[in-house]
Amino acid sequence: MDTTIGAPTLNYLNNGYGLKSWLLTKDHKRIALLYLWSITAFFFLGGFFALMIRLELLTPASDFVQPDTYNKLFTMHGVVMVFFFLIPSIPAVLGNFLVPIMVGAKDLAFPRVNLLSWYIYILGGIFTIIAAVTGGVDTGWTFYAPYSTSASNSHVIMAGLGVFITGFSSILTGLNFIVTVHRMRAPGLTWFRLPLFVWAMYATSLIMILGTPVIAITVLLVAVERGLHLGIFDPALGGDPILFQHLFWFYSHPAVYIMILPAMGVVSELVQAFARKNIFGYSFVAFSSLAIAVIGFLVWGHHLFVAGQSTYAGLVFSLISFFVAIPSAVKVFNWTATLYKGSVSWDSPMLYAFGFIGLFTIGGLTGLFLATLGMDIHMHDTYFIIAHFHYVMVGGAIFGYLGGLHYWWPKITGRMYPEGWAKFACLNIFVGFNLTFFPQFIVGYLGMPRRYAMYAPEFQVYNVLSTAGATILGVGYLIPMIYFIWSLRGAPVAGQNPWGARGLEWEIPSPPPTENFPATPIVTEATHQYAPSREVGIA
Amino acid sequence: MPEWPSQYHPPPVAIHRAGHGDTGTPHHPWLQHHFDNMAQQAEASTLGMWVFLVTEIMFFGGLFMAYIVYRHQSPEGFQEASSELNRVWGTINTLVLICSSLTMALAVRAAQTSKSAKAQVGWLLGTIVFGLAFLGIKAIEYYDKFTHNHVPGPHFHWEGHFPKPAEQFYSLYFAMTGLHALHMIVGVGIMTVIAVLAWKKNFDEEYYTPVEVAGLYWHFVDIVWIFLFPLLYLIGGHFKGA
Repeated sequence: MDTTIGAPTLNYLNNGYGLKSWLLTKDHKRIALLYLWSITAFFFLGGFFALMIRLELLTPASDFVQPDTYNKLFTMHGVVMVFFFLIPSIPAVLGNFLVPIMVGAKDLAFPRVNLLSWYIYILGGIFTIIAAVTGGVDTGWTFYAPYSTSASNSHVIMAGLGVFITGFSSILTGLNFIVTVHRMRAPGLTWFRLPLFVWAMYATSLIMILGTPVIAITVLLVAVERGLHLGIFDPALGGDPILFQHLFWFYSHPAVYIMILPAMGVVSELVQAFARKNIFGYSFVAFSSLAIAVIGFLVWGHHLFVAGQSTYAGLVFSLISFFVAIPSAVKVFNWTATLYKGSVSWDSPMLYAFGFIGLFTIGGLTGLFLATLGMDIHMHDTYFIIAHFHYVMVGGAIFGYLGGLHYWWPKITGRMYPEGWAKFACLNIFVGFNLTFFPQFIVGYLGMPRRYAMYAPEFQVYNVLSTAGATILGVGYLIPMIYFIWSLRGAPVAGQNPWGARGLEWEIPSPPPTENFPATPIVTEATHQYAPSREVGIA
Repeated sequence: MPEWPSQYHPPPVAIHRAGHGDTGTPHHPWLQHHFDNMAQQAEASTLGMWVFLVTEIMFFGGLFMAYIVYRHQSPEGFQEASSELNRVWGTINTLVLICSSLTMALAVRAAQTSKSAKAQVGWLLGTIVFGLAFLGIKAIEYYDKFTHNHVPGPHFHWEGHFPKPAEQFYSLYFAMTGLHALHMIVGVGIMTVIAVLAWKKNFDEEYYTPVEVAGLYWHFVDIVWIFLFPLLYLIGGHFKGA
């Protein structure tokens, strides 16, 4: 390939301009962009709910909104952010765009199924938005029985169907990735030559296909139970609410890893590209993704420590929860070791990667506090938990997503973004994030419970800090939105490989042509080889 | 900016991918442009169906889990409720489904061995007929439950000793067999499409993936029934209620 400076004449973006050429496209790159726009819309919708929550919590009394409204706000925040932003974010946008290119294929194995998954996602989103505007849901994003069965009079069926439907979009995405990685790899591209991002997406896909059907049937049963008065989870009808919690967390705990594993894959790419070194311990990082996926399925009981689960079951779940720390720590140590003697540059994607490593470490370690049976009884359902999972979800997953979006933006659009603004936004997000959520660790440890519109006056100072941080964080999210849109016209042309990084995606023009490669590439070494193979011992 | 040696080795022109944009090596009309050859396409399709069936197992798995939990909570109530199901219809339906699996397997075989379109369509129609027979018998059973007020809800009526567990049993019965019947309806629809394609002489030994993949789905739905039948109809069959 010649290193073309400037966009090639025909690429996936200018290959047809009509609405039909987008809405009926089977090109994985265009579908990735469809997802990018729709999840961004849901991100700002979920962010709006978060802002309302933080405004209400500015004062101890329930004065900005009524408690009923507050219940709906935190429920919709959770539902939208988890099911419509975090779960599809990296897989459906970056994964869709990159997995076929990284394995040297023209497209995913099932392009039509890929497009179908986007329509299913939108249909589920419409159901959820209808539920939100016609009255809202107040069960919490977990839909616990009996809140969701007999106690709630809100639009649980509608929101439940929204979650049910959108679940199939992630099942289809996972199915597509698994088949693509197994069957579409270019000649010579063996498993251990694959980019670590692909390994992470593969592990994520395994969770998607094994976990999502279970929550689909569970939420469907809740809807049927409400609609037809069947006694499945509602104790008043003879059902068992704990069974709901088991079935719900059997998916929803692994779903946490659906959100974090792709971000880990992105960070593995970023660390290599901006330290200009092969990853330290490639196979350990690759297998730790699979280990997280497998162990992640065995820990759901740690959400039920105080729900009446037997102590022995609690002990086992506590122990297995500790095990998840091992593959997670392997990744953190290996990223850090990769930096050693690397030629580290401080471009904005790398700043996000550094942010990820630090914040994920805090989020992960506080997870160990919560996995400890005795500690959990003290901290269960407090703001400590809120802070813990926001460090993993926002500090981890969103930092990974933004880092990846910045890193591959030149590939996706063919344009650079303003680096100064990007660094400023990253710093802004980092400061805003920590100011929002660090006080919540303290106030949670002091005993402030989650999910109440009112709180004791002595907690106010922490809540004021938190709301101030949320405002900074909100501004931080708006800045990239603005300069990314601006960059489409105003920014300098990126060229094929602006970072000097390795990988098949950097060997094709930016933006890539519709067919990705003019012919199937033949791969002769690991795709991320920053040193001669004999020195690092990778075949 | 470092200059890396390219890892991208374009192959000689002769093995360029066929399809869109490429100047033409002739290829099978059913080969989609993003696959290299028919073998890769067939492997991808079958693997895709197997992965889909894994998700189906997990989907039904949640219901089986609920069944196990509630049966464990009230085994006698479940046995009493189960004894009201019609075992004769259940057994006939099991046989009907096993026969449909046989005709399905023969349809795949007929396509694989390039048998005439008539033979392929014949076996597929057999499968459809058995599938519809199953659904018909299921409808008779449902109607029977409906007339006896055994459908859970406000009108549920139970004369045995365990009305509450019985209602739960029938909740699960309708949820599980209903979901299964829905899969059967989808299956009949798929078979109809495949039969039309077969009638138009699309399938031969070079290209029979749709028949094979549809067959995988059909056999899976049969196997689900093979588990549902003993769980719902047979276990604790000696118990007639005191």
